[in-house]
Amino acid sequence: MYQWDFTPVLVNSGMLAAGLGNTLKLTVTALAFGVPLGLGLALLRLARWRILSLPAGIVVEFFRTTPPMVQLFWFFFALPILIQVEMTPFVAAALTFSIQSAAFFAEVFRAGIVSIDSGQSDAARALGMTGAQSMRRIILPQAVKRMIPAFMERSIELMKTTTLVATVAYADLLFQANELAQKTFRPLEVFTVTALIYFAVIYFVSLVVHRIERRLAVSGETTVH
Amino acid sequence: MTKPAPPALLRVTNLHKQFGDNAIIKGIDLTVAPGDRIAILGASGSGKSTLLRCLNFMEKPTSGRIEIGGVQIGTERPQRDGSVKTEYSERELTAVRQRVGMVFQQFNLFPHMNALGNVMEGLRTVKGLAFDEANTKARLQLARVGLADKADAYPARLSGGQKQRVAIARALAMEPELLLFDEPTSALDPELVGEVLRVIRALVEEGRTMLLVTHELGFAYHFANRILFIADGVIHEDGTPDEVLKHPRQARTQAFLARHNEFHF
Amino acid sequence: MNHKWNFDAVWDNPEALLAGAVGTLRIFVICLVLGLSLGLLVGLGRYARRKWIYIPVSIFVEFFRNTPVLVQILWFYFALPILMPFEISPLMAAALGITLNSAAFSGEIFRGGIQSLESSQWEGAQALGMTHAQALRRIILPQAVKRMLPALTNRAIEIFKMSTLASAVAYVELLQQGKLIASINYNPIEAYTVVALIFFAFLYPLVQATYLLERKLRQGD
Repeated sequence: MYQWDFTPVLVNSGMLAAGLGNTLKLTVTALAFGVPLGLGLALLRLARWRILSLPAGIVVEFFRTTPPMVQLFWFFFALPILIQVEMTPFVAAALTFSIQSAAFFAEVFRAGIVSIDSGQSDAARALGMTGAQSMRRIILPQAVKRMIPAFMERSIELMKTTTLVATVAYADLLFQANELAQKTFRPLEVFTVTALIYFAVIYFVSLVVHRIERRLAVSGETTVH
Repeated sequence: MTKPAPPALLRVTNLHKQFGDNAIIKGIDLTVAPGDRIAILGASGSGKSTLLRCLNFMEKPTSGRIEIGGVQIGTERPQRDGSVKTEYSERELTAVRQRVGMVFQQFNLFPHMNALGNVMEGLRTVKGLAFDEANTKARLQLARVGLADKADAYPARLSGGQKQRVAIARALAMEPELLLFDEPTSALDPELVGEVLRVIRALVEEGRTMLLVTHELGFAYHFANRILFIADGVIHEDGTPDEVLKHPRQARTQAFLARHNEFHF
Repeated sequence: MNHKWNFDAVWDNPEALLAGAVGTLRIFVICLVLGLSLGLLVGLGRYARRKWIYIPVSIFVEFFRNTPVLVQILWFYFALPILMPFEISPLMAAALGITLNSAAFSGEIFRGGIQSLESSQWEGAQALGMTHAQALRRIILPQAVKRMLPALTNRAIEIFKMSTLASAVAYVELLQQGKLIASINYNPIEAYTVVALIFFAFLYPLVQATYLLERKLRQGD
């Protein structure tokens, strides 16, 4: 019978903690860039001129269709050579996940905006608002409220996807786990604990997200002015 | 020597509108004088809503000329094949829409703002008024439609009639020269229609210039000074309420009225 | 951009990519079939009235939905062998991780599909005198399948994309072969670009087909 021994894990918990910190850092960074970029892409896709909507559409479709790991490898190994710029693992990872999440957010934004009844933009235009004013004051505020659940789901997915960076030597939680497992020769304990840490964090975030979703579904109003 | 007539508020010449291959408006001429209250009747698909939407350029005319206060809207550009195309800039159209207000069948209130916010929105965002000034003007309009006490209510909490009155206040706040109503009571439960018609009648008494697309023939008879009957994208009948509703000349008009015989004048 | 594109490493080693494609398809089919079958059981299990079925299944679903697939794969590859008397190959580890993950997600899809049907459907069938099984087979499942098909095809596409995770344990699929080709003349740009394009060329039509399917199904409502 195998003898479980968690002490090496506990002793080196700092290593795992640092990894978790990096995971969160990467997730937050990717979200911070991905959301505005996603909004920009969505608005481009909705533009009337094909010269704007077509490239945006290609970017979105490409990053939503190709496997994240392939994108990661490309950004890590191919891009630096292509543009002759050295990139730290964090930068390459942040870049990959920012663009990737932007592509997914673009779809969420677009669906949200399109779901707003056309009567709303009619009323806005009838008052004399420009397209931009109508989008900013009337359409987007309503669309964003609808999109919050999808956003939060996407963000949780992002947190899970960031584990891929362990394969390109960015020191996230999984990478640290791998290192620790090799160092202590206790892969069973290390990986079990790691899996449980991921579960705890992601499950907790999911619960919060579902709470918020339920709250939003109940209330119908936001305060403006 | 007689005084020259004031320039028509709105003059429409040979208006055509088609969507793709589908011609909806097939040549409409119309002159609206200040103070006119014009009811527009017609079957669905006749083009009456499209006509209204062309007047504030929510739809851009395929061809034809629209003048407001004697000034043509849009710039004519002669084309290579000899025809003339009218181009409309967004800046011009947004300016027009500040002068021509619209009230919709489905109210189209902004659900994320309360009643006061809805009425203030045009004043703040389009006219650029400061908060206090917009606030005062908005409250005034809400009071005029009888909803001063509902200023803080959100559209979700208002009845259909109340929502439409807020929509009217929202349009009035912009101080338009011309008001367009696109079937304002068609989406309302019967017992709520009256409160909206009362507000519109008050506007009549103020001497506002209005075009009203409606199915309320009784109301049209009493409030309008002119009635248009539209069918197949053209005006079939144009006259006083007595002329159009009691003694229509065209067979189409007679057929239409025969189908709507549940009203009383 | 001064890079001179040179696809020689790719053209000279077609069998490498081919081996990768075969590996990708192999793990895809395995995980798709096992994942969806297991998922159906999981979905039904969430419906069970007996606690000793319902609770473990729920724990399974929550755990495998809320942990990253790569963590699961590495666990199966590094941790499981210690508990098991036999070797775990890269394929086994990757397939286990992806399959269980997919079973958890598709289980939720199945559960949602069955649940989404209003009780009136059940009542209608009951009033006709159908047994539970007959109602399930003739009335409920056909409608449920229609609703679940888009989500399930999306899952299938996700499974296909997850095949790339197997490269983390050196399973021979497309990305792994991409790494191999990249190291031949040190030209990662061409290698990874080709791999990306292969995936895109294969998946994009499938994604579009899924949209069309979705729209067609919705029309039928």
